[in-house]
Amino acid sequence: MSETTSRIIKIATKKRYKNKYHWTDYFSYFYLFLGVLLMFGPVVWLGLSSLKTLAGIQEYPPTILPLSQIQVDVEGYDKPLPIFNVTQEDGSVKQLAQIKRIGINAKMVDPLNPGETVKVPIDKREKIREFKIQWQNYVDPLRKYDFLLYFKNSTFITVVATIITLIINSMAAYALSIYEFRGKNFALVFVIGTLLIPLTIILVPVFYVVANFGMINSLWGVILPGAATPTGVFLLRQYMLTLPRELIEAARMDHASEWAIYWRVVLPLSIPAIAVLAIFSIMWRWNDFLWPLIVLSKSEVYTLQIGLNAFHGELTSQWNYVLSMTMVTLLPIAIIFAYLQKFITTGIASTGMK
Amino acid sequence: MENIRNQTKIFFLRILNIPFAFLMHAIDLIMWPIQKIIGVRNMPYIFLLPNLIFFGLFVIIPLGANFFFSLSSGDELLFAERELPTTKQYDQLFDCESYLNPNTCTEDFFWRGVYNTIFFVVFQVGLMIFFSVLTAVILNKKIIGRGFFRSVFFFPVLLSPVVVGLIWQWILLKNGAFNAIIESYGGDKVSFLTDPSWAMASVIFVSIWAHMGFYTLIVLAGLQAIPPNLYEAAEMDGTSRERIFFRITLPLLMPNLLVVFILASIKGVQTFDEIYVLTGGGPGTSTSLIVQYIFTTGFASSGSVQNFGLAAAASMVLGVVLLFLTLMQLYFSRNKESKHQEI
Repeated sequence: MSETTSRIIKIATKKRYKNKYHWTDYFSYFYLFLGVLLMFGPVVWLGLSSLKTLAGIQEYPPTILPLSQIQVDVEGYDKPLPIFNVTQEDGSVKQLAQIKRIGINAKMVDPLNPGETVKVPIDKREKIREFKIQWQNYVDPLRKYDFLLYFKNSTFITVVATIITLIINSMAAYALSIYEFRGKNFALVFVIGTLLIPLTIILVPVFYVVANFGMINSLWGVILPGAATPTGVFLLRQYMLTLPRELIEAARMDHASEWAIYWRVVLPLSIPAIAVLAIFSIMWRWNDFLWPLIVLSKSEVYTLQIGLNAFHGELTSQWNYVLSMTMVTLLPIAIIFAYLQKFITTGIASTGMK
Repeated sequence: MENIRNQTKIFFLRILNIPFAFLMHAIDLIMWPIQKIIGVRNMPYIFLLPNLIFFGLFVIIPLGANFFFSLSSGDELLFAERELPTTKQYDQLFDCESYLNPNTCTEDFFWRGVYNTIFFVVFQVGLMIFFSVLTAVILNKKIIGRGFFRSVFFFPVLLSPVVVGLIWQWILLKNGAFNAIIESYGGDKVSFLTDPSWAMASVIFVSIWAHMGFYTLIVLAGLQAIPPNLYEAAEMDGTSRERIFFRITLPLLMPNLLVVFILASIKGVQTFDEIYVLTGGGPGTSTSLIVQYIFTTGFASSGSVQNFGLAAAASMVLGVVLLFLTLMQLYFSRNKESKHQEI
């Protein structure tokens, strides 16, 4: 047992430079530890806090776990009062409810004897907490506000836009990789050219085109402008160029139509590249903000991102709802990432796009 | 067990495939006669057509229309109701007594945006590349739990700008977690987002937080492409680690870093969404960048009339900057490829 353990430790701590820890090794682990705290901390903190009560969120300095102060109903008072452990002059500890705080003193009442009030210095009291998860934060906004509708809109845009993108981009990539035809180079340059023109510099005229089609405040106005992506065409073309031509020739011998070759031979073989593009497209569409913000101004067509932003603008003080809905918005992407992270990271590293 | 799972998987994939196959067969009913008429040689045009229509409608036509909008005046979106030609928009944008002082410009908001953007891009890109390289070099070492650390650094890239903006707005609140940490170490509370002298720094920090993972990944790919025999040779010669880094790693990483630099600049110049959620460009105009100006003038000026012409003119200015950066990128990435081929 001890031998295996020591061997494991030996393997785990084996260095390129034998038996010598360089200062960069210590620094690396320190940096990584700090990195985990800074990169992952905020999201974990968001998740934990979204389960707190509003009072718990506003508490300063904050507690890490959703520990909220216990509140009790006291006769003669409308609102439930928070209770404290109060150290009294003789050293004994008593539970009192706080009515209000006046400077360095607090006006408090004994819940068992609501008739008389006492003044207590604030440093003599201590909050009594309980572990309480506030599921209402998630349930209320979904019920009271239109978040389910926003969720539906976002899902619709993401799914339909991704399907359209995959079909038309793979068709173009098929034409540009399998065939030789006049104007092929022109088409390639044309596609590269569109790479030079991001949406941010043609906002006004694209808005004009979309308005001409009557697609303002319509989900189609969000879906269509970004459906053809130059990066997608290139990604798929690069992959299709590696497919063996004999397969296509063989299919042609069997009198398959060109369309049949495309969807029965080339598409199934390009699944790896198509999957990468699909993941990217889902990410782009789900997280898209600027363009939906311009096209969608009615709340019944809001996407989750726009809805969340508007919701935050309206209810600045309701951080409990804002935090829980932020969690709902990031969850689908987080789940996809958890399942496909290797796929995503190699996809990005090999294509250099996001 | 494995077998059963695979079979159910295949079964579900088959079911999913039914509508797809149905759709494809239906399209074939149209494509087959077309192929008979125009011949196999002309089929690629048909395959290209849908994509090109989309590009034409939503990229090429708008690009032309952008010139038109920027060179015509009026409050209307319709072409027929705009006056042509005029350089009024550009005159207004560039009407400054001194270009170095935004206060003397008619469109001071635009010029503040320009200077804020320059400041933002210089610091965001510079710091981001520094930290990306540092992180990538560390992740490239033989460390325990490398995959875990890599995904931790990459994770924020997938978050939407609204989510990033809201999380950080909440953490950087006056009574937020960051200030609690600062106070617990004896510091004073800072209004990260409402103090003009802090807002820009906070915005740059959040932006680096959100995008660093992406560039780290690209740098990491570059590091892994460096031939290991170079390191082995250096190690045999007893070269110190510092020297290995500065004499082998960094020079061989340079072409990669150049691409990262330009890519990050292209994205940085266009930054809008996180800042819009985080500070809304405020306090005052201290964090408002060029795209914010375009958005506000063209689409969001409440009360006053939306000025499409002015927004289009500002887009053209941004477009020139981006064109320059993109051409640089194409030039350098082509250079890089040809060098690889030589090796």
